[in-house]
Amino acid sequence: MFSHLLPEFIVERRDDRCIRCRACERQCSFEVHRYDEELDRMFSDEKRCVGCQRCAVLCPTGALIVRPHPGEYRRNANWTGERIQDLKKQAETGGVVLTGSGNDKPYRIYWDHIVLNASQVTNPSIDPLREPMELRTFLGRKPDVLELRFNGGDYEDVEIATELHPNVMIETPIVFSAMSYGALSYQAFKALAMAASEYGTLFNTGEGGLPRELRKYGKNAIVQCASGRFGVDPEYLNCAAVIEIKIGQGAKPGIGGHLPGEKVTLPISVTRMIPEGTDALSPAPQHDIYSIEDLSMLIYALKEATNYEKPVSVKIAAVHNVAAIASGMVRAGADIIAIDGLRGGTGAAPKIIRDNVGIPIELALAAVDRRLREEGIRNKCSILVAGGFRCSADVVKAIALGADAVYIGTPALVAMGCTLCQKCYTGKCNWGICTQDPYLSRRLNPEIGAKRLVNLLRAWSLEIKEMLGGMGINAIESLRGNRDHLRGVGLEDWELEVLGIKGAGE
Amino acid sequence: MVEYSIGGLRDMFLGNVRRLKEILKYAKISSDVAEIDASNLVHKEVNDLMRYCALQGVRRIVLKGVRGQRYIGTRLYFPDPRPKLEIEIHGFPGNDLGAFLDGHRIVVYGNAQDGVGNTMDSGEIVIYGQAGDVVAMSMRGGRIFIRDDVGYRTAIHMKEYRDKVPVLVVGGTAQDFFGEYMAGGRVVLLGLNLDDKPHRARYIDTGMHGGIMYIRGRVEPWQLGKEVGIVDMEAEDWKFIEKHVGDFCEIFGIKEDEVLGGSFLKLKPVTKRPYGKVYAY
Repeated sequence: MFSHLLPEFIVERRDDRCIRCRACERQCSFEVHRYDEELDRMFSDEKRCVGCQRCAVLCPTGALIVRPHPGEYRRNANWTGERIQDLKKQAETGGVVLTGSGNDKPYRIYWDHIVLNASQVTNPSIDPLREPMELRTFLGRKPDVLELRFNGGDYEDVEIATELHPNVMIETPIVFSAMSYGALSYQAFKALAMAASEYGTLFNTGEGGLPRELRKYGKNAIVQCASGRFGVDPEYLNCAAVIEIKIGQGAKPGIGGHLPGEKVTLPISVTRMIPEGTDALSPAPQHDIYSIEDLSMLIYALKEATNYEKPVSVKIAAVHNVAAIASGMVRAGADIIAIDGLRGGTGAAPKIIRDNVGIPIELALAAVDRRLREEGIRNKCSILVAGGFRCSADVVKAIALGADAVYIGTPALVAMGCTLCQKCYTGKCNWGICTQDPYLSRRLNPEIGAKRLVNLLRAWSLEIKEMLGGMGINAIESLRGNRDHLRGVGLEDWELEVLGIKGAGE
Repeated sequence: MVEYSIGGLRDMFLGNVRRLKEILKYAKISSDVAEIDASNLVHKEVNDLMRYCALQGVRRIVLKGVRGQRYIGTRLYFPDPRPKLEIEIHGFPGNDLGAFLDGHRIVVYGNAQDGVGNTMDSGEIVIYGQAGDVVAMSMRGGRIFIRDDVGYRTAIHMKEYRDKVPVLVVGGTAQDFFGEYMAGGRVVLLGLNLDDKPHRARYIDTGMHGGIMYIRGRVEPWQLGKEVGIVDMEAEDWKFIEKHVGDFCEIFGIKEDEVLGGSFLKLKPVTKRPYGKVYAY
């Protein structure tokens, strides 16, 4: 606890409703609520409150309201309360201020400045409820030319003569982002695996390994090989659908990760294969990758280790020269390139990095797609984008800008209960998502979590079909890179140019 | 033959790779031993043939004329339990020798290049010569014996878990960042070719937070990362050294008594959490 800080939240307890059941006290891992037996009264220590709303929604009589604290410093556009509080925290500890989840600063969200098209008169729209609508997507390298062999003259018996590269089929262009077991609780991790398996899409193990009993979900797993190489054994690589080399993460481009020793409990240590209580340190670079040539070496090492049976993805954070880097990655042999933007989430990152490093995914995606098309190598890879996707419209816009599929992290966590309190790094998640404390993680039932995730995928997929139908398109494939269906509103010329779209009305 | 090219550039790994049946002539299998002439094979072809031999039930593969082919031994993971192979390499294997190695034994009569035993899982690699940079990076189990020197960034982020403790023994000396970020395992640096001159590596064990390193010969404190401390050798350490350095000496025909007679330094991390205090919680 820091001294002399204003509380961020105020806890209002309506005494006429409070029945002293102490549910709030049991629910709050931050120890905000306390019952005084002598006075028969509940007290709250607001300084500890993170605003996760767990107590408010679980209070059986609705007696609690948690809202931003009205107490503030003198208003100042430059010296906001947040900046003042961060300074005080640093003055007290001499440390780096940590945070969780994605960048919350008001950078322009381009999705909100891009609008979609719909068919009117000249082209009929399609009703997805009654007509077939294809969202199925294949991730991996596509051939330059597809040669078909027709057996007999009736054009019924056709086979593909071209030798194809390994591709992975997903039922909807939405994939769960890399979130490791260690950052997430076992229950949350398992829920993602179960949901991906049920819906026919992929989840990403992050770099924390894949517990043995969950390897049965390997067919739906993207397994990461990151700088820490945690839990990477031949079976881990071979049980997966896709292998991803993690170079960077949108929330913290250029820096590594530290899973603090206190989170490395016995089951985490088994999965990561490191001693209990040891810090799980992921170095900033992969120490065998200092160049595109080195990247190529690891890509092919992984292909060798898996008998060339799986696509290899390379994930980078969106940074200034992302298009040139992506081109190098494709030339190095990556079958999928994953790009994580400025607003990508995290379990723990220095706030200064999260809020200031990287570029928005919309611009990065448009630049990468254009560059790869100009160089004639766009078919050599699939593009997966991540970082701040909030709804199905964002997904549709991303696909029209050239993405093959979209990674969602935060929406999946919200589906399981997350309220974006940004305290993932404390390991005290009251929703049982970002914690290794068995008392807290038991709050999340993997079956229920998986059900909610499947519902989310289903709802987004239905919405995507509605939007596609409205545009008169019946397959997601026809929307990919189809910028004609996008128009910008309130964007400057350079922004329209980078995005490769026209302004509305044009 | 499929011609792979990316944007006008030839793929250095998959370009000009011949089909298996075209290269079978380079492998001679007699009972459970295979001899492969690698002098006309590219990276993938060598491993294609090795995998083919393994699937034919071969237990021992002799590779002749190896000239820089990469990933030798990497594609020998099989989901079903099979006997492990003995792989003998004559020549100079390329980068990532034995990367992700799954329990096989590789002996190299010659020098190796970068990335020996990268993320190796189990097995043994013996090199009658020297090796390049990033040897034993993220190694998770098994043993690597290198007779002469190793390059930069050796044993980075080596790990261990319970009884799975990787061991690296280097007969010569090492370059900078030796054992950086080590999270587990045992590394022994013998300095046998130094003739009493000091080791020259800097930043030894920077960021180390697990495992143990033993250095025979002279190292000054300024050469060490600030995350490690020098501690006394105990009986258990000598037992370990006698076993693994004993094996090392036996393999390379070195007099064990002279090696064990040298002065050994034991380096251990001062904390399991070197960076626990850099954050404001």
